[in-house]
Amino acid sequence: MRVTVRLFARLRDIARSGDLSREVPTGATVSDVWRGLVAEFPEMARYESSVSSAVNADYARMTAMVADGDEVAFLPPVSGG
Amino acid sequence: MNPIAVTSHVLDLDSLIRLVSTGGGHGAVATFIGVVRDNNLNRRVTHLEYEAYEPMAVKTLEQICREADREWPGIRAAVHHRIGRLAIGEASIVIAAASAHRADAFAACRYVIERVKQIVPIWKHEFFEGGEVWIEGATAKPDDEAARREAVRRACA
Repeated sequence: MRVTVRLFARLRDIARSGDLSREVPTGATVSDVWRGLVAEFPEMARYESSVSSAVNADYARMTAMVADGDEVAFLPPVSGG
Repeated sequence: MNPIAVTSHVLDLDSLIRLVSTGGGHGAVATFIGVVRDNNLNRRVTHLEYEAYEPMAVKTLEQICREADREWPGIRAAVHHRIGRLAIGEASIVIAAASAHRADAFAACRYVIERVKQIVPIWKHEFFEGGEVWIEGATAKPDDEAARREAVRRACA
C-alpha cells in the first residue's frame, strides 16, 4: 500500500521535499514509515527522540497502524507563536 | 470571521476583539500580540518565515480554545497565526480572550499562547546576518497532561 509522507521545517530541508509518496507493507505502523525515512535520509536519525507524528492531520502515536492512502506527517519540535 | 485562523495575510487584532466581545456579557478582553524581534541569541535577525501544517494547526488551535473554555468556563477566545515571510516588527500571532472579569481573560489569553508554543505544528525559520536556522522548541505531545498543567500554572501566575 502507499502512504503520503509530509515533512516540515528541518525535516523537509533534509528530504528536499515536504511531500513524498512511499510504499509500505500492510500492517505497517507510523514507526515503520519513520524507520524507512531514516534509512533513506540518515540525517533524520537525530530527531528520533524529539519527532512527533500525525496521521491524516491528527496527532498519532508511533505505534499506530497506517492504512492505504493515509497522510503520515513527521513534526520536528514546534516553534510557533 | 473565524475565531481560529492560520493565514498569510496581515493580522488584525481589532477584528478579533470585536469577535470575542460581542454579546455584552464580557467585562474584560485581554489580548496578546507576538511580534518579530530583530535579535535572538546574539544574532541580528533580518526576517522570519513561518511554516505550518495548516489543517492540523487549525485543529490544534481549536483544541486549545476548547481547553481554555473548560479551564475558565464562559470565556471566549480567538487566535490567528500568520505564516510566510514576516518583517521585523510584524505580528506573528494575535490572541483575544473575553470574560466576565479580568482574571479569567488574562489567564485564558496567556494559556493560549503557552499552549501554542507547546503543541501547534508551526515552525519559525530565522534568517539572520550570516545564516539561517530552523527554531526548534517543544516536542509536541498533545496528551502530555503535565505540560498542559504547566500552561495553566503560567496562565495563573
